[in-house]
Amino acid sequence: MEFPTQSSPYLPAASGVNRLMLRVMLALVPAMLLMFWYFGWGVLFNLGLAGLTAIGAEALMLMARRRPVIATLYDGSALLTGLLLAMTLPPLAPWWLPVLGAGFAIVVAKQLYGGLGYNPFNPAMVGFVVLIISFPLQMTLWPPPTGLLSADAMGLVDTVRMIFGGVLPDGRTLDSLTMATPLDTAKTQLGLDYTWTEIATRSLIGHFGGYGWEWINLACLAGGLWLWRTRTIHWQIPAGMLGALFVTSLLFFIADSDSFGSPMFHLFSGATMLGAFFIATDPVSAATTPRGRIYYGAGIGVITYVIRTWGGYPEGLAFAVLLMNMAAPTIDYYTQPRVFGHEEK
Amino acid sequence: MVNILEQPRRIHGGLHLRPNKAQSLREPLRSAAVPQRLVVPLSQHIGEPAEPLVNVGDTVLKGQTIARSLNYIGAPVHAPTSGTVTDIGEYPVPHPSGLKATCIVIHADGEDRGTDTGLKMADVFRADPADIRQRVREAGIVGLGGAGFPTAVKLNPGPQRKVELLVINAAECEPYISCDEALMCNHTQDVIDGVRIMQHALHARQVVIGIEDNMPAAVDCLRHGLEAAGIDDIRIARVPTLYPAGGEKQLIYALTGEEVPSQGLPADLGIVCHNVGTAAAVARALLHGEPLISRIVTVTGEGVRNPGNLEVRIGTPMADVIDACGGYTEKVERLLMGGPMMGIALPGDQLPVIKTTNCLLVASREEAPPPAVALPCIRCGECTTVCPAQLLPQQLYWYAHARNFDKVQDYNLFDCIECGCCAQVCPSHIPLVQYYRFAKTEIWDLERQRARADQARQRHEFRLERLEREKKALDERRAAAKKGLDKRPKAGDADAKKAEIAAALERVKARRETQQAQARNTDNLTPEQKASIAAVNRRRATHDSSSGQ
Repeated sequence: MEFPTQSSPYLPAASGVNRLMLRVMLALVPAMLLMFWYFGWGVLFNLGLAGLTAIGAEALMLMARRRPVIATLYDGSALLTGLLLAMTLPPLAPWWLPVLGAGFAIVVAKQLYGGLGYNPFNPAMVGFVVLIISFPLQMTLWPPPTGLLSADAMGLVDTVRMIFGGVLPDGRTLDSLTMATPLDTAKTQLGLDYTWTEIATRSLIGHFGGYGWEWINLACLAGGLWLWRTRTIHWQIPAGMLGALFVTSLLFFIADSDSFGSPMFHLFSGATMLGAFFIATDPVSAATTPRGRIYYGAGIGVITYVIRTWGGYPEGLAFAVLLMNMAAPTIDYYTQPRVFGHEEK
Repeated sequence: MVNILEQPRRIHGGLHLRPNKAQSLREPLRSAAVPQRLVVPLSQHIGEPAEPLVNVGDTVLKGQTIARSLNYIGAPVHAPTSGTVTDIGEYPVPHPSGLKATCIVIHADGEDRGTDTGLKMADVFRADPADIRQRVREAGIVGLGGAGFPTAVKLNPGPQRKVELLVINAAECEPYISCDEALMCNHTQDVIDGVRIMQHALHARQVVIGIEDNMPAAVDCLRHGLEAAGIDDIRIARVPTLYPAGGEKQLIYALTGEEVPSQGLPADLGIVCHNVGTAAAVARALLHGEPLISRIVTVTGEGVRNPGNLEVRIGTPMADVIDACGGYTEKVERLLMGGPMMGIALPGDQLPVIKTTNCLLVASREEAPPPAVALPCIRCGECTTVCPAQLLPQQLYWYAHARNFDKVQDYNLFDCIECGCCAQVCPSHIPLVQYYRFAKTEIWDLERQRARADQARQRHEFRLERLEREKKALDERRAAAKKGLDKRPKAGDADAKKAEIAAALERVKARRETQQAQARNTDNLTPEQKASIAAVNRRRATHDSSSGQ
């Protein structure tokens, strides 16, 4: 009898890229639902528009590069990039904002570098940074997190008209529809010499991380822990990032608790948890050695804090991720583990 | 100073794999019938192939040496049964290259008549270790765990080294393989005897048998055997079941907490490691006079009807072994020699069982599916987590893929033991081990080329130097001759010329005589030497004619 030959090992594969991506998307669902609950219909449009654009852009680029389209789309990475970007966009943003961001992320940040596995920068964060630098005004269109059921909330029809037609609902102004995010508020108010104790009492700040935002962050934390439990992500990057953010903010908070936000506020507001578990953990653009991942995460944590506190933007996560992406190869080089049977370096 | 840990350690990385050993252990160990035709390869070990001692048409007896090894690293080959040599030629052998190799084909006469091998030792436990090594060597024993390194070499620690610890590798960590477990349960005495002989030959201060903790039956058998024999200086250590805990370096680490240095040997730590099957083979040779002509083979997988462990003669075609296990089922898809992590996929079942055939895994599509399409590496680092050598497989892949062979060595490619853990967990289904093997062979090839180039350059430089020297000498001689010419008698002086010619003739004659007086090394040949010269000349002639010159 004759048999086909191949190289060892032969056991059936234990995992797959598409399975990993699917798990990450599943872990994101609770946070998506909470965002929808707090910020309304716009969230769903962002997710849909960014997701579809990412898939479309990926398909077009694959065709242009003469690569297998269906098989590659099946890995799920493009859709995940779109969804992650959508989670960072303001829910009342015009339709072209998620489209432009997701398109840029996939076409320039991912496919022009060679597609999955070859992009040095996190595509979703490149998309975000392009948008926040080019369209700062549209990027502030966050409605108050009052919830779907509140009287002020915009209905489905109003949201569609605003997103696709730029038409405001009757008798409403942009100012009455949108509201500064907790991070934004903290930044401007601290800049106006209010003390943190005063700011923290405002309802917008919520219990510890911003009204609504703290729950979305908790959902991301729960999803992230599930990803860690299922060995989809490694613990080092989230631990490094959250640890560094906590320690840095704690030091400044202890030194001067009037002028700096509390560590809890930093951990549970903005994109902290989304960043720690879903964005910084993108393996392609992150450091890959076990020790290197801790430094990489820690770098993101510190830079995020620095930008939030002294930088020009209320949220610094995207810049922090991109800066550390640049450092990743160097970190990898200097953090190679000691190989079995070798002396400690 | 090496010490055995009270509690064996967990190795770095590694994988929990489904053991799949129960199916081949359901039936008791039995012997496969001696086939009608056996194909015995001359190279079943690491080192140079053995040289045949028999000719086509010779009758051989079971246990007779049919090929000898002249190299230190090598092993002789014995006739697995009695019969007639019908061919010595190139046959396919189980090797990853898929190439053919020289084999001796024996047609069995069915009588299985043995011969006195002279391997038996009267008082082996008082024998000189050098004698023991010599007989182990003559018995053709090589490492039966899979690598096939000549055992006599590993029983020789050298005069400078003291052996602190003898490790007997009975971990058998790869899924499906159960031949060592069957051996320990069925030939307990051979195992214990063999371990004691090795202990004596190495003067090992301590002995430990390392067994994975999912083999309680084997542990019980050995424990009872040791108790019955009143032996208390051989320890049994149960190492945590985790692939590849049975790798030599990994097992030593698990048992002692010591790491074999990179590019080094266990002997550097005062440790020698032998497979449990090898130990039993030593006992069979030295106590019962049986050379290595059979071994236990696990035949398993969903592709074979009655999985089990069989005592198989070396040289038996694999198809016969599979037939002895009820033949193929309709699920058969792939034939592997060895386990599913490090085994070789064989192109057919007409290949012979050799000394290192520990398992024939007749796998179904579910057990060994066709390779999935490889996606780009996403640097998830799962390979780093499972690598028992603590390498960065993703970086090795990156540089091997880019054919950057300097960088790939910076990342310690040669510390890779090719266990396959990285490829097994890779979500992108990249055949990582294949890339590492590719890089290793390319690097070896480059090194050979470099060595050849160095040699050629050296030769060239020597040649230039020689030419220069000769030219100089010639010039000097010419100059001297020119000077001498002037001193010679003038032309026309016939007597002087005659005398000169006579003197030259005299010199030539004298030289010829002294040359003839000396015996040449081609004189006074023994008949054997003459025969071998004739054989060489014949070979040359056939070689020239076959290469069309």
